[in-house]
Amino acid sequence: MTLEKQREVRELASPTRPVTAETRPPAPKRRRTGPLTGKKHIRNYVIAMVVLGALSIFFTVAIMSWNNPMPFGSDGYWMIAGMRRDSLLTIAVVALCHAMATIAFQTATNNRIITPGIMGFGSLYTAIQTGFVYVFGMAGVTMLVGVPQFFLQMIIMLILATALYTWLLSGKFSNIHIMLLVGVVIGGTLGSLSNFMQRMLTPSEFDVLTARLFGNISNARAEYLPYAIPIALAVTLVLWLWAPKLNVISLGKTTSMNLGLNHKRELIKLLMLVSILISMATALVGPMMFLGFLTAILAYQFADTYSHRLLFPMAFLFGYCILTGSYFILRHVWDAAGAVTIIVELIGGLVFLIFILRKGRL
Amino acid sequence: MSITLTDVQKDYNSGASKDTVQIGPVTTEIESGGITALVGPNGAGKSTILTMIGRLLDIDTGQITVAGHDVVSTPSKAIAKILSVLRQENHFVTRLTVRQLVGFGRFPHSGGRLTLGDERYISEAIDFLDLTELENRYLDQLSGGQRQRAYVAMVLAQQTDYVLLDEPLNNLDMQHAVQMMKQLRAAADELGRTIVIVLHDINFAAHYSDKILAMKHGQVVKHGTPAEIMQNHVLSEIFNTDVQVIDGPNGHLAVYY
Repeated sequence: MTLEKQREVRELASPTRPVTAETRPPAPKRRRTGPLTGKKHIRNYVIAMVVLGALSIFFTVAIMSWNNPMPFGSDGYWMIAGMRRDSLLTIAVVALCHAMATIAFQTATNNRIITPGIMGFGSLYTAIQTGFVYVFGMAGVTMLVGVPQFFLQMIIMLILATALYTWLLSGKFSNIHIMLLVGVVIGGTLGSLSNFMQRMLTPSEFDVLTARLFGNISNARAEYLPYAIPIALAVTLVLWLWAPKLNVISLGKTTSMNLGLNHKRELIKLLMLVSILISMATALVGPMMFLGFLTAILAYQFADTYSHRLLFPMAFLFGYCILTGSYFILRHVWDAAGAVTIIVELIGGLVFLIFILRKGRL
Repeated sequence: MSITLTDVQKDYNSGASKDTVQIGPVTTEIESGGITALVGPNGAGKSTILTMIGRLLDIDTGQITVAGHDVVSTPSKAIAKILSVLRQENHFVTRLTVRQLVGFGRFPHSGGRLTLGDERYISEAIDFLDLTELENRYLDQLSGGQRQRAYVAMVLAQQTDYVLLDEPLNNLDMQHAVQMMKQLRAAADELGRTIVIVLHDINFAAHYSDKILAMKHGQVVKHGTPAEIMQNHVLSEIFNTDVQVIDGPNGHLAVYY
């Protein structure tokens, strides 16, 4: 029986008419609880994921094959393809790190505006880079390239973040706002220190340094990848397994304590993982303040759910599409291998503004 | 089986100056079953005591046990199956429907993976608080009273013997305050929960609770049935203001203005 017919029959039923199988109202809806609220919600999520998946495949193929100057099949062709593959892997690692870290951080700190970038990772990276150029001149830039140096930078950032989190969260303050404030102040202090050093550089040194300070895919070296990929995947796996806990933590301190979580301990564990991801991504390609914010906010908007197992993949795909898209446009359309961050911030910022204005809420 | 407090104390230091506000030492026992209301003037320590029982706040000295379990040394996860606590301000950054929120109440039992049994408890809690029609609405689409009911439904779905509520009538109008108290009364009577509740209105406390625990200056000054508390001199002393108890149509009424 069609739906219209059913409705018609139901309307015919009244106290004076007997209730038959046909006039009885439909059986009550099965009541289920889930992260997606209905058919429409599921459809929207699937459409968004399919579009993002298609876009990522398109950009991946485009970057790999577009405008390769060597004839197909020759050694040179495969060498260029191999270099492009390394760039794509770097992009994937960076997108994964920023997407996972930002969502986990915002869940831990119970906000959707502040990103882990505020904790001074970017400023510390800038300070390290500037400090080396300031002390060693031009040679300083090359001194920071290499696997041990990559790990060194990462470990310094990790130590700063861990010290900050554990000191501020387990001490007598035990307050996330004070932690954020201290993070901002440290970031500001390091920022002005770098600024001061930059003023003393010669123009050519400054020029070389500036190229390093924008987040740039070509900053990364293929030899970092064998270390970066497993670390990123391992942390992602842990966060994925913790996703049910993260859902509860996003409800705030008292609610998650009521539901049986040791909130402070979970927070410290979570922020450690965030520091690993962000310090690695920063050591890899330089600071990208806006990327995490953008991927997270877009994932919240399009997924519209509390479930981290739905948010994480979408945020990653957003990050991957944004980065590959910008990289492709820069490298192959405009033919200028500049800084990807500029495009990310320009286009990403516009997308974000348009979306917020149309939807009207965060 | 009860909530016992032994020499429980909490000091609030106010930074540079040396004044400390001391709550306690409190030694008392809240019996199982029924509704116990915590009343007293502002700053008496009602919410402090309630949140310490709910292990949301660290205890400086002393011991609190709930049904024989020490709230500090027992793993938080185990406590979450016997005691639930709801604070006044609840603000979530995530957008949740009523049913999703209530579903979170099952987390201590399900660990996030809801079974059919969990779904039944969720439905029951929603129906119990008259939220059936609203269960798929988002919390930001509800009125204050409805939202408050949704939070209470979440702690009821947790299926704990003990339910602690910190001023659940805050910001509710007359109709919704009465409705909320009736539902809590039913939760105590029909579902056999022990409810401990911080209330500001002594008349609500007298009418709907079985026991009243009156606090002042961080100390328990009186613990008894509503009839024992609803006396002119007792109330006047607790609240530092002249209170007259008169006979109303539904029992004693305290008049203080």
